[in-house]
Amino acid sequence: MMKKSKRSFLKVAGIAAIGLGAFPAIHFASSDSHGTAHAVKSPNEGALLAHRWGMVIDTNKITDEVAENIVTACHKAHNVPDFNFEVDEEKYPNTRPVNHKQEVKWIWEEGFHYAFPDKEDEFLAERFHDLPFLVTCNHCKNAPCVKACPTGATFKREDGIVLMDFHRCIGCRFCMAACPYGSRSFNFRDPRPFIEETDLKFPTRSKGVVEKCNLCAERLTKGEQPHCVEASEGAIVVGDLEDPESEIRVLLNEHYTIRRKQSLGTEPSVYYIM
Amino acid sequence: MNKNYIITGLVVFVLAVLSPFWFNIVTTTQAMPEAELLGKSKTEKKCVLDKYEMRANHMSLLDEWRDAVVRDADRQYKSANGHSFNMSLSTGENSCLGCHEDKAKFCDSCHTYASVDPYCWECHTNPKEIK
Repeated sequence: MMKKSKRSFLKVAGIAAIGLGAFPAIHFASSDSHGTAHAVKSPNEGALLAHRWGMVIDTNKITDEVAENIVTACHKAHNVPDFNFEVDEEKYPNTRPVNHKQEVKWIWEEGFHYAFPDKEDEFLAERFHDLPFLVTCNHCKNAPCVKACPTGATFKREDGIVLMDFHRCIGCRFCMAACPYGSRSFNFRDPRPFIEETDLKFPTRSKGVVEKCNLCAERLTKGEQPHCVEASEGAIVVGDLEDPESEIRVLLNEHYTIRRKQSLGTEPSVYYIM
Repeated sequence: MNKNYIITGLVVFVLAVLSPFWFNIVTTTQAMPEAELLGKSKTEKKCVLDKYEMRANHMSLLDEWRDAVVRDADRQYKSANGHSFNMSLSTGENSCLGCHEDKAKFCDSCHTYASVDPYCWECHTNPKEIK
């Protein structure tokens, strides 16, 4: 009988172990599947592109009615919960009543004094006192929310849109504290019972997630204008701020515009024609 | 003699260590459910990756898709096998649910069996459940 030393046994065992370890790799290399490595990802054909998206709101054209239409159009399409909505008891039994301070909003009406607190002049033209000003996320160039987000859930896209990856949001609300415009809302509750009609083209959110305006990134990618623009009867224009030929730049050139809390240095991308 | 004790001990040990296998032999276990291909997915015969790879890696693929859609605004996916897809879980014709129409029989049957509980549907909507 062949005498095996411990040494030679260990050698063989070692080589065998390497072989076993390498098996999955060899198996993968020999298979004809390419996995995801050779796949090509591309934007939709006909998507609207810009170097830096911006918005101009003509306050002269915004009436209470138009403002309401805009807010409704946006909130409906993005499944934003309405806490005044009476919950369907059958579908969602035992839903607790809502604290209205916990409201969720993407775009809403605000008085001049709240929207532009630093432009509070002693003898401000009277009409400004009761004009509705539509405010939303400003998609700032130096967005403080992006810097505050610890998980990278809020980020600035290359085309200037400040966007959220709801999957990654842990609900810490640092971004809400960082945003000087109050543009962000937190889902204290599961929003689903409070959505009258769920739009299937956009997901809802879940409890514990922050949300805000996404400049209709899901529509721009299909070559469509944002919901607010469509509902605004010409009062809102969205376009490329970096393109001097764009409609939005022409408007900015022709009118006197202001931005919210400019002095903070966040460089908002939403302009108001006064 | 110690030899007998040792061998008996070994036999008992091996039997005990393999007890889960014995248990499975005598009891009937639920077979792993096959994801049912219904509707469009039955006739299409093309998916992003081949069947086994999808079974093993669909979660990584979805993760990749999510980053591409949300962060890079890329929505179209041309896979290595030449087919194009709309990178979306539940919206549109060419999305996952657009082809695999029945979430209960396609997603849930395996997830329930494997007792994994992904939270996709807390936010994403299944058209059938909404109506």
